[in-house]
Amino acid sequence: MSFPWAEEYKPKSAMMQWMDDRLPLPRLVYGAIGAGYPVPRNLNYFWNFGVLAGLALTIQIVTGIVLSMHYAANADIAFASVEHIMRDVNSGWMLRYMHMNGASFFFIVVYIHMFRGLYYGSYKAPREMVWLLGVVIFLLMMATGFMGYVLPWGQMSFWGAQVITGFFSAIPLVGEPIRELLLGGFAPDNAALNRFFSLHYLLPFVIAGVIILHIWALHIPGSNNPTGVEVKTESDTVPFHPYYTAKDGFGVGIFLIAFVVMTFFAPNFLGHPDNYIPANPLSTPAHIVPEWYYLPFYAILKSFTGNFLWIDAKLWGVIAMFASILILFFLPWLDNSPVRSAKYRPTYRMFFWILVADVLVLGYLGQAHVTSWVVLMSQICTMYYFAHFLIIVPIVSRIEKTLPMPNSITEAVLSGEADEARPIGVAPTNPAHPDPVKA
Amino acid sequence: MVRILAFFVGLGFVAALIFSIIVTPFASTEESVTEEFHKQPKTLALASDGPFGRYDKQQLQRGMQVYNEVCSACHSLNLVNFYSLEGLGYNEAQIKAYAASHEVPGLDPDTGEPTTRPGLPSDHFPAPYANEIAARSANNNALPPDLSLITKAREGGAPYVYSLLTGYTAVPADLPAENRPGTGLHYNPYFANLNLAMAPPLTSEGQVTYAPGNPKPTVDQMAKDVSAFLVWTAEPKLESRHAIGWAALAFLLIFTVLTYLSYRQIWAEKKGK
Ligand code: HEC
Ligand code: HEM
Repeated sequence: MSFPWAEEYKPKSAMMQWMDDRLPLPRLVYGAIGAGYPVPRNLNYFWNFGVLAGLALTIQIVTGIVLSMHYAANADIAFASVEHIMRDVNSGWMLRYMHMNGASFFFIVVYIHMFRGLYYGSYKAPREMVWLLGVVIFLLMMATGFMGYVLPWGQMSFWGAQVITGFFSAIPLVGEPIRELLLGGFAPDNAALNRFFSLHYLLPFVIAGVIILHIWALHIPGSNNPTGVEVKTESDTVPFHPYYTAKDGFGVGIFLIAFVVMTFFAPNFLGHPDNYIPANPLSTPAHIVPEWYYLPFYAILKSFTGNFLWIDAKLWGVIAMFASILILFFLPWLDNSPVRSAKYRPTYRMFFWILVADVLVLGYLGQAHVTSWVVLMSQICTMYYFAHFLIIVPIVSRIEKTLPMPNSITEAVLSGEADEARPIGVAPTNPAHPDPVKA
Repeated sequence: MVRILAFFVGLGFVAALIFSIIVTPFASTEESVTEEFHKQPKTLALASDGPFGRYDKQQLQRGMQVYNEVCSACHSLNLVNFYSLEGLGYNEAQIKAYAASHEVPGLDPDTGEPTTRPGLPSDHFPAPYANEIAARSANNNALPPDLSLITKAREGGAPYVYSLLTGYTAVPADLPAENRPGTGLHYNPYFANLNLAMAPPLTSEGQVTYAPGNPKPTVDQMAKDVSAFLVWTAEPKLESRHAIGWAALAFLLIFTVLTYLSYRQIWAEKKGK
């Protein structure tokens, strides 16, 4: 695996030797996240987010398992059981707020992780499989988050389930049966709540499994880096431990500070007040919105308003919403520029930042009160979203004139090229390149 | 091949959107009448605000008194049990006595017939109506919502509740006829659709008699106090949340500084390599 100069695991004691001969688990850990895994020496802080996503999943699983001990998946008492957790269970409020905000932090971290991949071309050969598995994880997270949000059985839980499962009925012929299968009935009810709980408990473990594959696939070629230049010699790398364990430790500290500030001082900031009203099938909320992390996709869904080519507008919306994620599966083959990092791809870089702005604006539009302006803006932004991946990126990757690249990672570090990726304490040696990455 | 296909798929989406733009009539939005007359909540400063917030127990006790003597005629507080009144600074004996002063639903031990019995600390506040139908029939077909979570279940929180209670005004002369309150409705610009089925519950100074040493029970004061109390009913663990939050932050700051220093130290060797 990875590079020929990777340190080999040497058991330090007779007991570890005994273990290594029978079940080489320490060897596996050593080679995966220990000194046996060489990593490019120039990774910047954006490479912290994979570990942070793992931490977020761990927080969700631990708090979720304890919440499940007190939660009752029954439509009559689910809401009250969550309030029982908030009021009577020892530290229950803390578990619940951690789980609620943990979901948001999970998505924040994963979105940054994904945009990191887009910027530095990490989805390109030889890391296509890492990217594909990442998209699978993202889809599973979306399903898990959606079903989790239904569990407290508040107004937004109920109406969110109603609206989202309702998308399926736009699909001709099979749509309605699929919707009934998902819900276990014609409308969200006790049957839906129970199967959502069961799946909400299951999927995080499926995610954990896919994460193992994701990391396995990553460790074949090793990590990409901010220059996008492949590792060539030992001097391009440092062992994961202690160099990146130390850096990730610091990242974990910053992440937890942000998480604690939200969880303890603004726990409901990202939530919706209506979810503190018990579900009521007879009273539709004035304004049904999903959680913030689905908003860009919700805006895409709503932006199709014409029955183009005899396909119903609603069906267009549903197709587009699913397509907006599924096209990510094709990205490694849509972009065939041999240069990975946007640092050396000025045209791509510009479009990358337009995409970031586009997705943020779509997120805003997804929750905005619907007016003609909002609809028009969502249509334009959705157009850009699809054009970006399906038209612009393939064309740019053919015609773009890329910038000269360093010959190796070591050269980039020593010339001060990779300024933000420079190991701390190393002064930029080349004053001509004080800060080359002004994106 | 993939790229050619993608190009056409991309064109398909773009065309569908351009078509959508063409067929959707563009209506410049006018402010609706309700939006025009609707007001944002007034400001309300409570001791529990902000990351250092703690409850003003004296105020919560007054607020509970207002709930008890006024709001509890129509509104339930289903999620709150008497035991948790510890959080308002009451001791066990006071809680027992207070619980016992409420009649809660129970069963006759001899006949099994439904009856009532004096409350225990483990009981929840009893609801004023047996069920929704009873509640609606007593309130002109409107349902007084449970107040336990009301400050978390409304945009605007406690300031909204306070504004609602003190915000009843005469109907403005320029309000169009269809927005004027019908029978049993009351004009209140802080309520989303301007007309509320709740008659002004707090109407006169001294409606509730506060114990000596407390501020004068003006309508404004009572509204503030009951809003503060409803913050507590919605978030009884706020004080421990803030305290644990600060402790966790203090720990994490030290942890983060230490991890930062060790990170620097470990990487310092890489200097000039
Ligand atoms: C005479 C019965 C009655 C009394 C007493 C009463 N309310 Fe209400 N209240 C209602 C009714 C009925 C509604 C429903 C109004 C509607 O939906 O139009 C309501 C609604 C409310 C609402 C919700 C408004 C919204 O945004 O939906 C709040 C908050 C409220 N009351 C607070 C109080 C407080 C605090 C008191 C005590 C000071 C109180 N009420 C006393 C009958 C009452
Ligand atoms: C991928 C990781 C996970 C995500 C993204 C996630 C997301 C969510 C969300 C958004 C909610 C609603 C929060 C609320 O409003 O209260 C929720 C609730 C819940 N989750 Fe998870 N969750 C994850 C993992 C887990 C796991 C592993 C378990 C249990 C093994 C679990 C158990 C629960 C329970 C019992 C609830 C309902 C209680 C409550 O509302 O707080 N979750 N989840």
